[in-house]
Amino acid sequence: MIAIIDYKAGNLASVSRAFSHIGVENMITNDVRRIKSAERVVFPGVGAAGSAMKSLIQLGLDQVLRHALDSGKPVLGICLGTQIILQTSQENQTPCLGLIDGCARGFSESFKSQGVTGLKIPHMGWNRINLQSDHPVFAGIRAEDEFYFVHSYYPSPDHANQVIATTEYGITFPSVIGMKNLVATQFHPEKSGKPGLAILKNFSGWNPC
Amino acid sequence: MLSKRIIPCLDVREGRTTKGIKFKNNVDIGDPVQMALMYYEAGADEIVFYDITASHEKRDIMIDVVRKVAETIFIPFSVGGGIRTIDDMRDVLLAGAEKVSVNSAAVKNPEIISVGADAFGSQCMVLGMDVKHVGKNEKIPSGYEIVINGGRTYTGLDALAWALKGQELGAGEICLNSIDADGTKDGYELTLTELISTAVDIPVIASGGAGHPNHLHDVLTTGRADAALIASMVHYGTYTIAEIKTYLDERGVKVRPTGS
Repeated sequence: MIAIIDYKAGNLASVSRAFSHIGVENMITNDVRRIKSAERVVFPGVGAAGSAMKSLIQLGLDQVLRHALDSGKPVLGICLGTQIILQTSQENQTPCLGLIDGCARGFSESFKSQGVTGLKIPHMGWNRINLQSDHPVFAGIRAEDEFYFVHSYYPSPDHANQVIATTEYGITFPSVIGMKNLVATQFHPEKSGKPGLAILKNFSGWNPC
Repeated sequence: MLSKRIIPCLDVREGRTTKGIKFKNNVDIGDPVQMALMYYEAGADEIVFYDITASHEKRDIMIDVVRKVAETIFIPFSVGGGIRTIDDMRDVLLAGAEKVSVNSAAVKNPEIISVGADAFGSQCMVLGMDVKHVGKNEKIPSGYEIVINGGRTYTGLDALAWALKGQELGAGEICLNSIDADGTKDGYELTLTELISTAVDIPVIASGGAGHPNHLHDVLTTGRADAALIASMVHYGTYTIAEIKTYLDERGVKVRPTGS
């Protein structure tokens, strides 16, 4: 059973529907016991970092992710979920969960500091990922496969070895991060057609050591 | 590098897909769920549903369509038409749409954009703009005016000023439809599209007038659009999504391969 953590941050039903479509049992829940007993945990989210953190804390779910990570069970972050596992977000300087060292950076500031002009924000639409090394969750993904992104901030881990894939949009930014039993995508696998469903399928069978 | 998006648009009336010219003479062309699946399989990057159901009582039929589509395809899709309140937005989003588009309701009450963006996030708020060329005058400095009610009512709003206002209020994207070009198959309104797309920082979907892959090429290059809406050129089998994407790819426009 996969637990999709419900913390009132966007439409979790689409993640659930995608897992159901590939025949993987899942539930949307904010019940700490159910999340703790699930074999795998998905941490999705869209919207602003500040309100997401607030509602995680209100629901008492900020510790449950740390627990899941420490327990060694596979954890998948998606979109905003990928950003708030870092220590802070530049989005209104929001303190985040700190499960990975680093911060979520804004395209707007990064474009300014690197002299990139003429690109729309949010980064919305389909783009490729460049895998930095083989990862079981990305088995079978081809270089030309594209994934659906919609975001104005991106994850920026301190340790280069926690970047699993990068994407080009004016700058090169980390689009998949992770370590041990955690993998987190900035794009939406549930909205990325067949390659996205393949990633969810791989995650459902992933046994990190 | 970000791909340019190719987006089939399905006009849905009481649960069936229709196609008319300049919002008139609608004919039934199929089941929206089956058509969405076909375009998903064919490599569409996103799908837009435009609900032209006349009465509010029949909105439930559309919600049912949205729910079925969400269980069938795994790419983003948006729903526009008849979205008047936050509750309308919530119904559509909970049924599984990625985005909602507001058009007339935003003209009448611009705050609906900011309230929607606060409640659901800018990423799911699309500002739909129906635009007519009226010539430059004091009230309409860009020469393009916002119209509503399928082009029958002039609003006195300048299209450029309205696009900037929509962005400021929190729209995450603009779907820019030229009423003059809609249904003509003579090509998109390039001047209008370039004007709006270069003025705002959010993505712009060009709409109205697509008849040949060359039209998409022009609006995605000269017109500076981020995405192109298509309807009759694919609905009647004149072109496939793959043919359009191959045409664009061969001419240097980055698109998502249809094989994936």
